[in-house]
Amino acid sequence: MTDLTVGDVIAERTVHLTRESLVRYAGASGDFNPIHYRDDVAAAVGLPGVLAHGMLTMGLAVQTISGWVGDVGRILDYGVRFTRPIVVDPETGADVGIIAKVGAVDEDAVRIDLTVTHAGATVLVKAQVRVRLA
Amino acid sequence: MPVNPDIVGRVFPPTAAYLVGREKVREFARAVFADDPQHFDPAAARALGYADVVAPPTFAMVVQDLTLKQLLAEPDSGIELSRVLHAEQRFRYSRPIVAGDELTAHLSVTGIRTLGGNAMVTSDAEIRDAAGEHVVTATSVLLVGEGDA
Repeated sequence: MTDLTVGDVIAERTVHLTRESLVRYAGASGDFNPIHYRDDVAAAVGLPGVLAHGMLTMGLAVQTISGWVGDVGRILDYGVRFTRPIVVDPETGADVGIIAKVGAVDEDAVRIDLTVTHAGATVLVKAQVRVRLA
Repeated sequence: MPVNPDIVGRVFPPTAAYLVGREKVREFARAVFADDPQHFDPAAARALGYADVVAPPTFAMVVQDLTLKQLLAEPDSGIELSRVLHAEQRFRYSRPIVAGDELTAHLSVTGIRTLGGNAMVTSDAEIRDAAGEHVVTATSVLLVGEGDA
């Protein structure tokens, strides 16, 4: 936690999503919008395929820094903008890449910026976590 | 029907109390690829000073969702689920959610901006525990399309 420099990468990982991941998140969260598990419904509303829940992407992205954060109670604030959906192929799924960097440091907190990408494109912007230092 | 600007400032009742279960926290943690023991093992959570397993940060959405259902149920809101996209989400925490918490959420619609035929609806859900202490405020920005007619 000492010697944090803006731009330092503190953690990164890739999460592989499958249709099972989406069904699991639907059940756990209570978000049963069928665009997250039914190809016919996704196609009927003009989507390129079944999409991951934005809140699943937001939820798994912050887990990238869980080992670094330790106590979840140190997280003061977490926000994202959803810019691009993640299409999850029924056979091959989808990979989500997350890189966590130090965005800003002040006396009592550090801002961690998450870069979240899928198929070479950014899917969340301004994904920022403020973490208490002490 | 366009989004009704009069819903800004409307008073909504607090949601029914949501009792956070230990297995629900574990189920949610698995669903968001969380693997830290504080989410699964009460002893690990107690070692950090919590009474029971600690929910991952975005678990607050499960409680906030009750307020979004209130918003969608307003007959004159002009907001239909089929035309709604989640544009932004933010959580401001006083403390994490812990199994055993009894949480209520209080909805307020804080702003509506129209952009062409679309509307950006910003709402806050203030989530408090059984003692009335603030736990987390969840802010959503929903992009509501104009739809037919």
